Amino acid sequence: MKDPNSCPAVFTPKSIAFLDNLMNRQLKQAAMNFSRIFKKRFSLPLVLTNGFRQLKMKRLNLYLPKYSLPSALADGLLTLKCSALFLLFSLTFFVLNPTHAADLKVCKTCDYKTVTSAVNAAKPHDRILVQKGYYTESNIQIKKPVQLIGVGKPVIDAKNKGGIFQVETRHVVIKGFELQNVEVSYMRDYSAIKVYEGAHVTITDNHIKNAFFGIYLQRTDSCTVSRNIVEGEARTETTSGNAIHLWYSDFIKISDNKTSGHRDGIYLEFAKRCTIKDNLSFGNIRYGLHFMFSDGNVYTHNTFRNNGAGVAVMYTRDIVMKHNTFEHNWGPAAYGLLLKDISRSTISNNRFIKNTAGIYMEGSTYLHIEKNTFQGNGWALRVLSSCSEDTFRLNNFMSNTFDVSTNANSASNYFSHNYWDKYEGYDLNKDKIGDVPYRPVSLFSLVVERVPSSIMFLRSFIVDLMDRMEKVIPSFTPEMLKDDSPVLRQYAYDHA
Amino acid sequence: MNKIIKYVLYDILRSRTIIGYTAFLFLMSFGLFNLESDPTKAVLSLLNVVLLIVPLISIIFGTIHFYNSTEFIELLVSQPINRRKIFLSEYLGVALSLAMAFVVGVGVPAMLFNPGPTSIYLVTSGVFLSFIFTSLAFLASVLTRDKAKGIGIALMLWFYFSLLYDGIVMFILFYFADYPLDNATLLLLSLNPIDLGRVLVLLNIDVSALMGYTGALYKSFFGNWVGIALAFGLMVIWVMVPLFFAQRKFVKKDL
Amino acid sequence: MITLENLSKSYGKLQVLNNISAQFNAGQVVSIIGPNGSGKTTMIKCLLGMVLPDSGRIMVDGAPVIKQWEYRSKIGYMPQISRFPENMKVEQLFKMMRDIRKSNKVLDEELIGQYNIPAMFQKSLGSLSGGNKQKVSAALACLFNTEILVLDEPTAGLDPLSSEILKTKILKEKNKGKLILISSHIMSEIDEVADDIFCLVDGNFRFYQSIESIKEITQEARLGKAIAKMMAV
Repeated sequence: MKDPNSCPAVFTPKSIAFLDNLMNRQLKQAAMNFSRIFKKRFSLPLVLTNGFRQLKMKRLNLYLPKYSLPSALADGLLTLKCSALFLLFSLTFFVLNPTHAADLKVCKTCDYKTVTSAVNAAKPHDRILVQKGYYTESNIQIKKPVQLIGVGKPVIDAKNKGGIFQVETRHVVIKGFELQNVEVSYMRDYSAIKVYEGAHVTITDNHIKNAFFGIYLQRTDSCTVSRNIVEGEARTETTSGNAIHLWYSDFIKISDNKTSGHRDGIYLEFAKRCTIKDNLSFGNIRYGLHFMFSDGNVYTHNTFRNNGAGVAVMYTRDIVMKHNTFEHNWGPAAYGLLLKDISRSTISNNRFIKNTAGIYMEGSTYLHIEKNTFQGNGWALRVLSSCSEDTFRLNNFMSNTFDVSTNANSASNYFSHNYWDKYEGYDLNKDKIGDVPYRPVSLFSLVVERVPSSIMFLRSFIVDLMDRMEKVIPSFTPEMLKDDSPVLRQYAYDHA
Repeated sequence: MNKIIKYVLYDILRSRTIIGYTAFLFLMSFGLFNLESDPTKAVLSLLNVVLLIVPLISIIFGTIHFYNSTEFIELLVSQPINRRKIFLSEYLGVALSLAMAFVVGVGVPAMLFNPGPTSIYLVTSGVFLSFIFTSLAFLASVLTRDKAKGIGIALMLWFYFSLLYDGIVMFILFYFADYPLDNATLLLLSLNPIDLGRVLVLLNIDVSALMGYTGALYKSFFGNWVGIALAFGLMVIWVMVPLFFAQRKFVKKDL
Repeated sequence: MITLENLSKSYGKLQVLNNISAQFNAGQVVSIIGPNGSGKTTMIKCLLGMVLPDSGRIMVDGAPVIKQWEYRSKIGYMPQISRFPENMKVEQLFKMMRDIRKSNKVLDEELIGQYNIPAMFQKSLGSLSGGNKQKVSAALACLFNTEILVLDEPTAGLDPLSSEILKTKILKEKNKGKLILISSHIMSEIDEVADDIFCLVDGNFRFYQSIESIKEITQEARLGKAIAKMMAV
C-alpha cells in the first residue's frame, strides 16, 4: 500500500493498523505540501468542492458497497477511523495529484525500450514520454496514476493479440498515441483503451485504427474522452465492437471525437449525467449513437452521418439533445433519430437532413421537439400510436417526401407554429399564421403504410389527384392530427 | 437523310405551334422559379408539368404534324429516297424540335435556377418523353388515314399512360397487398414510360424515402447506377419499339 | 421503258386495278384517261412506288421497281394536288429538291423562268394560290431533266396562259425522246399533246390505242366524241 491513491483491496485489521501509521506520516507530508501547492495551483473553493464531491461520489457511494467489510468494522471506532482515512485519502490525493515525480522516456535507444517496461518501472504520478516510433505491445496494465504521453504520435500495434491499454486506477492520462490492430474476440471485449473501475482518466488526442473496441469505459466516472479519432474496419455487426463504449459510467465528458467504421460510434448503457459534445460519428455499420438506460445526459453539437441505422436511443428519460445534426441515414431500418420509450426530454435546434425517417418515435412521451429543421427526409416524423403528450413546435419542415406519418388517430400529440413548406393555405388577417390548419398526414402516406411498394407512384398524377381530393374532403387521414397555426415563413435557425 | 431532317426541322421550327410551346414552357418554368422561394419545390412543380404536358403536346403535335405532312411525304416518296429514311427523318425532325423546345423552355431555366443532378434528370426525362410520345404519335398516325381518328387514338394513349395505367396498377397493388410485390412493381413501372421518367427524377429528389424499402432488388435499384442505367435503357426501348412498328407499317403503306 | 405486268390493287373490297398490263416507250406521250375513280391515280402511284400493288410487276428500263427507290431518279412527277410544307419558302423547296436529287444532269430551268417563279422565291409555300402551287409543282417535275415525266392532271387549276406554256413544254420534252404520262379529263388538251390513249374503267383495262386509230375507228374528228363512242362499245 505504498500508493495512497490506489484503493485498498480489503480492510483487514492488519491493513487498518498499517494505514494508521501511513496516515500519520502522510498528514505531515500533506501539511507541508499543502500550503506550497495550494497557493500555486488551486483556489480554495475548487479544492473543497472537488474534494467533497470526490468523497461523496467515489469513495462512499461507489466503492464502499463493493468491499466485504470485516466484522471488526462493526466497531464504531473502527468505522470512524475508516471514514477519517477516506477523508484523508481524498485530501492527500488532491494535494499530491498535480505533481509528478519523474519523466520516463521510451524509445529504441532510451532506458526503456517498451511502454510496458516503463509503466512497470514508473512510480505514481510519473510521466511516461513515449517517443515517436513503432512499438509492438499489447495488454499494458496501468494500475497506478501515471501520465502516458505520446511524443510525435508513437504507434503501438497490438498485432491482433488482445487489447492495448488497460487502466484500473484513477488519474491516468493517455494522450497522443496511435493505437492499432486490437484483437477481435467473441468472448472478451478487447479494446485499444479500456478503463475498468477508474476515475478521472483523461484520454485525448489518440488515433485508434482497426480496433475491436476503441475506448471502453466500464464502471468509471468523471473521465474525459476528447479529440480522439477512432476508425474501425468493421464489416459485420458480430465481428465489431463500438468506437466509444460506456457501461455503468457517470459524469463522463465525451467531446470532439471522430468515430467511424465500428458497430456503434458512441454507445452508452447505464451511463448517467454525461456530456456528449461536438463529436462526429459517421459510417458506422449500426448506430452513430446508441444509448439506453442512460438518464440525464446532454448531447449537443454532434453530427451523426451516414450510419447503417442512424441513431437509436431507448428506455431513457431526462435527456437533452440540442444543436445536433442527423444526416444521410438511409435504409429500411435507418433513422435520423429513433426514440423508443424516451420520456421527459428536450430535442431542440437539431437538423435532420436527408434521412429515410427524420425522427421515428415509439412509446415516447412528454417530449418537447422544438426549433428543429427537417429537410429532405423521406418521412420527417413517424409517430406511432404509442406516443402521447409530445409537443412539436416551431420546427421547419422542408422538402420532405412525407411530413408526418402515423398509425394513430389520437389527438394526444400537439403540433403548433411549425413551418410546413407544403402548406397551401392563406393568411387573410396578415398575422403570418395560416388561417386554415395544416394536415401533415397525406392520404398517400397511409397507402404507402399499407402497401409499401406503392411508394413508386409518388408524385404521379393519380397520387396528386388523390391527395388533393383528400385535402378537400378528409375522410381517411387522422382528423385531429393537424397544426392549427402553421406559420407562413420559414424560421431562420442557427443550428450550429 | 440529314438533309431531309434539316428541312423538316426548319419547317417545324418556323411553325407557330412549336414556338408557342417553347414560350409557354419557358414562361411557366421562369414563373415557377421566381414564385417559389425554394428551387427544389419549383422543380417538383415542373415535374408535374413535364409528366403531363410534355407527353400530351408531343403526342398531339406529332399526330397533327404527321397528318399535315401527308403531301410533303408524298412529294418525298415520289423522289428517289428510301421510305424508311423519309419516315425516320420526319420522326427525328418532330422529336428533335419538341425536345429542343423542351430544353429551351424548361432545361435552360432549370439549369439557371437550380443547377444540379435533379434538373439534369428532369430535363433528360422530359427529352426522353418527347421522343417516346412522338414515337407513339407516329404509330397512331400510321394506324389510320383518318386524322380525327388518329388524334383520338393519340389522346387515348396519353390518357392511358398518364392516368389510367397508374390507377390500375395502384389498384392491383392495393388488392394484392398481402403478396410480395416489389419485383412486380418494378416490372409494371417499366411498362409505362411516364412512370419511368418520374422514377428517374424520384431517384434524385426522394431517394431518402425510396431507400426505406426492403428487398435487395430495390436497394440495388436505388442505391447505384444500375437503376438509372436500367431506367434509361427502358426509355430507349420505349422510343424504339413503337417507332419500329410505325415504320414497318409506313413502309408498306399506300399514300 | 415502262412495263406493267398484271398489276392488281384493291382497297378492301374495292378493286381499284384489275390485272393491268401495258408497255410505254420512250418518245411517247400517253394520256391515261377514264372516269373519276377508275384507277388512274392509283396506277400512277403504283408506278411511283407510293402505292404497293397487291400483285403484278412494274419494270422500268427492264428492272423490277416495286419496293425499290433509286429508279425514281428517272422520273419527274407532278401530283394532282400540290401541298407543300407550309412554312417552307419556295426557294428553299427548290434548294431542297436539288439537294435530295443530287442530279449531275443539267438542270432544266425553262419553266422556272417562264412561270416567273423567282418572283415568289421569298414567299412561303403556304401562302401560294393553288395555281401558283401547280406552277411550282410543274417546274419541279421538269427540273431534273428526267427521262420519264408523270403528270397527274397537270393543267387543272392553271390559267390558260400557263396551261399553254406547259403544253408547249410537254411537246418539247417529247421531241427530246422522253416518255410522258399524263392523266387528264380535258380532251382538247389530250388531242394537242398525246400520241396514245390508255383507258381505264373501274380498274379494268379498256383500250390502249393511238389517237389517230381511235379517230379512224370511230370516224370522229373530235377526240371527245371519239372517246365517248369507244366507251359506249
